[in-house]
Amino acid sequence: MVSGQSDLSRREFMTRTVGGSLAMAALPESQNAATPATGTVADPDSPAAESQLRVRCAINDEHTELTIDPRVTLLDALRERLRLTGTKKGCDHGQCGACTVHVDGRRVLSCLTLAAAVNGKRITTIEGLARGDELHPIQQAFIDHDGFQCGYCTPGQVMSAVALLDEPCGPADADVRECMSGNICRCGAYPNIVNAIQSVRGTGSVWRSSPSGSAARSGHPGSADIGSVQRSAKRSRHAERS
Amino acid sequence: MFPFTFQAAADEDAASRAVRATPGARFLAGGTTLVDLMKLNVERPSVVVDINALPLTAIEELPDGGVRVGAMVRNSDMANHPAIRSRYPFLSQALLAGASPQLRNMATTGGNLMQRTRCYYFRDTAMPCNKREPGSGCAALDGHNRIHAILGTSAQCIAAHASDMCVPLTALDAVIHVNGERGPRTIPIGEFYLLPGDRPEVETALEPGELITAVDLPPLPFVTRSVYVKVRDRASYAFALASAAVALDLGDGRIRNARIALGGVGTRPWRAHAAERTLAGARPGAAAYQAAAAAALEGAAPRTHNAFKIELAKRTLMRALARAEALA
Repeated sequence: MVSGQSDLSRREFMTRTVGGSLAMAALPESQNAATPATGTVADPDSPAAESQLRVRCAINDEHTELTIDPRVTLLDALRERLRLTGTKKGCDHGQCGACTVHVDGRRVLSCLTLAAAVNGKRITTIEGLARGDELHPIQQAFIDHDGFQCGYCTPGQVMSAVALLDEPCGPADADVRECMSGNICRCGAYPNIVNAIQSVRGTGSVWRSSPSGSAARSGHPGSADIGSVQRSAKRSRHAERS
Repeated sequence: MFPFTFQAAADEDAASRAVRATPGARFLAGGTTLVDLMKLNVERPSVVVDINALPLTAIEELPDGGVRVGAMVRNSDMANHPAIRSRYPFLSQALLAGASPQLRNMATTGGNLMQRTRCYYFRDTAMPCNKREPGSGCAALDGHNRIHAILGTSAQCIAAHASDMCVPLTALDAVIHVNGERGPRTIPIGEFYLLPGDRPEVETALEPGELITAVDLPPLPFVTRSVYVKVRDRASYAFALASAAVALDLGDGRIRNARIALGGVGTRPWRAHAAERTLAGARPGAAAYQAAAAAALEGAAPRTHNAFKIELAKRTLMRALARAEALA
């Protein structure tokens, strides 16, 4: 995406980083659909074909079918089979949060989720947040507030932050830090991440579905009626994504 | 990860039968422990039985005033449930002090009860570990044992129990419902976890293939005055070095009754009956809490790097007692 003499500005580059690989979200279904196991996931010691499993799920609103070895995690299925590489592999042991995705609307760690166990579920990855060129407000806020440096943890941070908006998280910065504690940032962008999240909660420019957020927002200036109107407009367009 | 066969169970009996049918088969709930340990080759099940479709997700009021929590209730849902928050506040606090929001969305009540130790040597197949490989020895005894247990240890194992949730459950005398070959039965949590002794590989009273289906929280009105205090190496998202779950029954300027359990220091969630006895009838205050802390840590057996846990656990308990007393 970037070469040594790329004329992409940092902001343009980061826009793409925060948004994941936007182009990937538009893959035609034929390319998203199951293909025979390739060397990237399949193990040379892989059990015979009869132990392979068929998994059907909705990934970023696209019906997806996979035939997989039971050992494949959701993270590896996303990255290696579906080429949805926006979701990052950090520790691969549930200790860093880089692989955070939403399953049935809740944030979970894809590295500790077996792909076989998401049969029939609805999965949202970083590639599924934006609508065309319109970033999710949390994605835009991360850019506006410089909520990252190297960007590697950012997709996980964004997925956690989006989920946080519908969780019972208190209004204070300290509450946000606790609610984001499952996402480690080696660059230490935490202050700007908190600012980014609070700006979205404060202005109410976010697509939300839960009433719990209104109490959480009440302590913030800027959470006036205008914000509610904006939210309603957003929700009507994105209601199915909440 | 070793190869395994994946099966999704349709009901309790089928799940239990499937696990009984193959030695070493495992139930898969949230997967936060099992999948992690499978990646490390510490767990090598030949069959994994997915129980996520089982309808064990209710939190129900019991006729006696207690609450029944289904085994598949996610930790975040239990923590935020109104009945848990209002009537068992230390349980809600302990759940929210555990892991991260993502992990709490995955982890289940039954799975948390079955959480394994974080002992480095248990998690490293290159090292001897009596719990993982009986008879191979214990590398923690004279290794890096800063995080290890000081209560309930044996010459074979000093691995600390890792759960936060189980600490208030132990203080509450929660009752665990299981279902297996001999049908449904209940196990009080005080009898559920076994001390390591000479057989650290046997951690619970469960029989092969027995499935945890629910946990009953007894009615205990004074638990509205309860606190969970957790001390760890960083502010959040870390296992306890020491923790205390405390409930106080206060009246007429006295402590009528107390419930105390400790985490991070025991080979199982550690009920402190002796500390509870020192508090019964005492006047609330620093002197009583100090005596209770001394009683709770009586017999602690530290190794090279974890002697600090004795004082840390005492102060953690005293802080929890003081906070419980100060509640409105």
